[in-house]
Amino acid sequence: MKKLLFIAGMLGLIYACGGADTAKEENKDATQPAAEQAATPSSPEKGIGKFSAIELGDKLDAAMATKGEQVYDVKCAACHKLTDEKLVGPGWKGVTQRNKPEWIMNFVTNVDEMLDKDPKAQAQLEICMVRMPNQSLSDDDARHILEFMRKNDGVK
Amino acid sequence: MKNIQQTCMALLAAASLFSFNACKPKSAGSAVSGDAAIKAYVPPGKYDEFYNFVSGGFSGQMSVYGLPSGRLFRVIPVFSVDPEKGYGYSEETKPMLMTSHGFVPWDDLHHPELSQTNGEIDGRWVFGNANNTPRVARIDLTTFRTAEIIELPNSAGNHSSPFITENTEYVVAGTRFSVPPDYTNGDVPISTYKENFRGTISFISVAKDGKMDIAFQLLLPGVNFDLSHAGKGPSHGWFFFSCYNSEQANTLLEVNASQRDKDFILAVNWKKAEEYLKAGKGVKQKVKYARNRYDENAHTATHEILDEVTVLDAVALKDICYMIPCPKSPHGCDVDPTGEYIVGSGKLAALIPVFSFQKLQKAIADKTFEGEYEGIPVVKYEAALHGEVQKPGLGPLHTEFDGKGNAYTSFFVSSEIVKWNIKDLKVLDRAPTYYSIGHLCVPGGDSKKPSPKYVIGYNKITKDRYLPTGPELAQSAQIYDISGDKMQLINDFPTIGEPHYAQAAPAELISKNSRKIYKIEENKNPYVAKGEKESKVVREGNKVHVYMTSIRSHFSPDNIEGVKLGDEVYFHVTNLEQDWDVPHGFAVKGAANAELLIMPGETQTLKWVPDRVGIFPIYCTDFCSALHQEMQGYVRVSPKGSNVPITFSLGKNSSDPKAPVKDSTKQ
Repeated sequence: MKKLLFIAGMLGLIYACGGADTAKEENKDATQPAAEQAATPSSPEKGIGKFSAIELGDKLDAAMATKGEQVYDVKCAACHKLTDEKLVGPGWKGVTQRNKPEWIMNFVTNVDEMLDKDPKAQAQLEICMVRMPNQSLSDDDARHILEFMRKNDGVK
Repeated sequence: MKNIQQTCMALLAAASLFSFNACKPKSAGSAVSGDAAIKAYVPPGKYDEFYNFVSGGFSGQMSVYGLPSGRLFRVIPVFSVDPEKGYGYSEETKPMLMTSHGFVPWDDLHHPELSQTNGEIDGRWVFGNANNTPRVARIDLTTFRTAEIIELPNSAGNHSSPFITENTEYVVAGTRFSVPPDYTNGDVPISTYKENFRGTISFISVAKDGKMDIAFQLLLPGVNFDLSHAGKGPSHGWFFFSCYNSEQANTLLEVNASQRDKDFILAVNWKKAEEYLKAGKGVKQKVKYARNRYDENAHTATHEILDEVTVLDAVALKDICYMIPCPKSPHGCDVDPTGEYIVGSGKLAALIPVFSFQKLQKAIADKTFEGEYEGIPVVKYEAALHGEVQKPGLGPLHTEFDGKGNAYTSFFVSSEIVKWNIKDLKVLDRAPTYYSIGHLCVPGGDSKKPSPKYVIGYNKITKDRYLPTGPELAQSAQIYDISGDKMQLINDFPTIGEPHYAQAAPAELISKNSRKIYKIEENKNPYVAKGEKESKVVREGNKVHVYMTSIRSHFSPDNIEGVKLGDEVYFHVTNLEQDWDVPHGFAVKGAANAELLIMPGETQTLKWVPDRVGIFPIYCTDFCSALHQEMQGYVRVSPKGSNVPITFSLGKNSSDPKAPVKDSTKQ
């Protein structure tokens, strides 16, 4: 019970923090995909967004990874290196070990909300000081990139 | 001379009849009262109810304001170059301003016209006219950018445009100046106006995807066409044009074109014209005019010169056109939402004649004509007249409607808006304007279904309203709440250029379709670089093509060497962002044109011809992130004949040779 109250309190806080944004939210056009609006806080490790359970294969899906690399070339490579070196954003080496697959998928598809609310994402922002641009990735794009990240992290 | 004196006397007499104080503007301080402020207040973060598309007059642009707040959202470059957006400066947009006279970087935009379906505003496009070098533009309301510009042959001063039919079948454009048609010898004495000068009205067809073609032109006697409106409902198939200078004068028109007590409204049966066209009655004439279209996938405009137009002689083909006499140099020509009433407004008149479409049809059927004007039948004034609004004010110009049986007419001379009932022609209310109102606008006020919440006046003179800024002041718009019986001034705001006409549409009709990004995958620009991997520098003779990318917060490449004096450098910059409202700018020191403003996912090209040897910085002009200032780079320019090879790099730092090196010297 105590725990529930605590959660309720936290939610209240989050709500209060979001208060300044409510006017903006109301104006948001109703044409946005329902999925985006349905984004709800998940567990801290999974981040905030629509992805709550991602099934990963034991082995790499090479076809998906190749597609992911293509997206990386166009939309990600300008800011992320495949080593552990920070460019504009963090290097990708080890990213799949540092984060749950759900967190990565939520972060790349729901960038603004994650940067505004997710503690882990906010900690990254403090280091990089450039908000990651929302690159309008589709769900498939995001999944393919995740597979490419796994490949980069040595999954075979 | 006698005529003029009589006119002046009549105006004076008319003026003395009113209680003139009643319509004189009150002092600025007492102009607004009660709950006006709250009615115009849109809190920060809340959206306005209407978009207001306002002509920019001699600025050549169109501006977009929110109603009722009067907040400026956007200035859309249409007929004038715009350094803010690189419009007319980037290689991709330069073709938009090409004409048969070459590159014309300026014009005079008078009338915005929103597209309609079934006589209702549909939110697809807004059209605008170039009054000077005759052109009509179509602006796409998903992008708020100019999508197409078509030039008009056989025209001079494209004032009487662009007005549309109820399903946007046609956009019309009537010439303001009659001139010898382009396909005739124009080297004639000006004093031969009556013999050699002709008026034309162009009917521009609009395809489903918006593409424009001149379907045909009507050849008419030499007069000045002023304004126009299409019939609707029962009068669909007809068009009405006000015209002045039926005296056919060619000098000192303020006197010489005010000789006759009545000029005309020209009624055009365009369905009949279509029949003649189909029957092959049109004559193909050799002319020269431009058509420019912008492709939103290639992010590139194409310019073509067309050389033929079909002309229908409205005098020879008897039953297309009829003249309706209209007092005192008619200006506005407005059709009410039912399509039955046509309101003419004489600039020098002290009454408003209202014509009936049914009566006009009967008069034509019964041949109730008072004669002909230059070969066109003239219907008897009384035969077409529904009635006159008596003593409404001085100098009626334009009328818009609320769809509830009321009309709102602007009065230039007496500076006021007057509300009157269309059926019984009684004046219901009058409100002062500050000062010298021209056009006015009710959202949807020229359509079948107005949204009668506000009337907005567009004023020519603003003295006393705002802080002074030298001899010239901003022109202004004023919003009146018309939801009640009486008009109430609730807000005013400065405007760019000189606002002529304006139209407004409910926000929900347009905002939901607004484009947010260009998908990088769909970018068909021949010089696109899809990702930094594709960024490169290529020499082709003395042309150097830079395939450059931009993303928060750097360009790739950002160090370029091997450019030589005498080279033409083309920076093809692709914005890799896929996020709403994150354009990047691009500028290079000493560039003689302007900067670029590149939308997310778009490619735009800046041509640069270096004029001296040295190092030239490049940078992003549109603030993009905390590291915006760092979004920069260098181009080295070497002397002509130098052997510095083309190289380019990103991340190769001279002080730190071990820094990450992006593939550089190879192409």
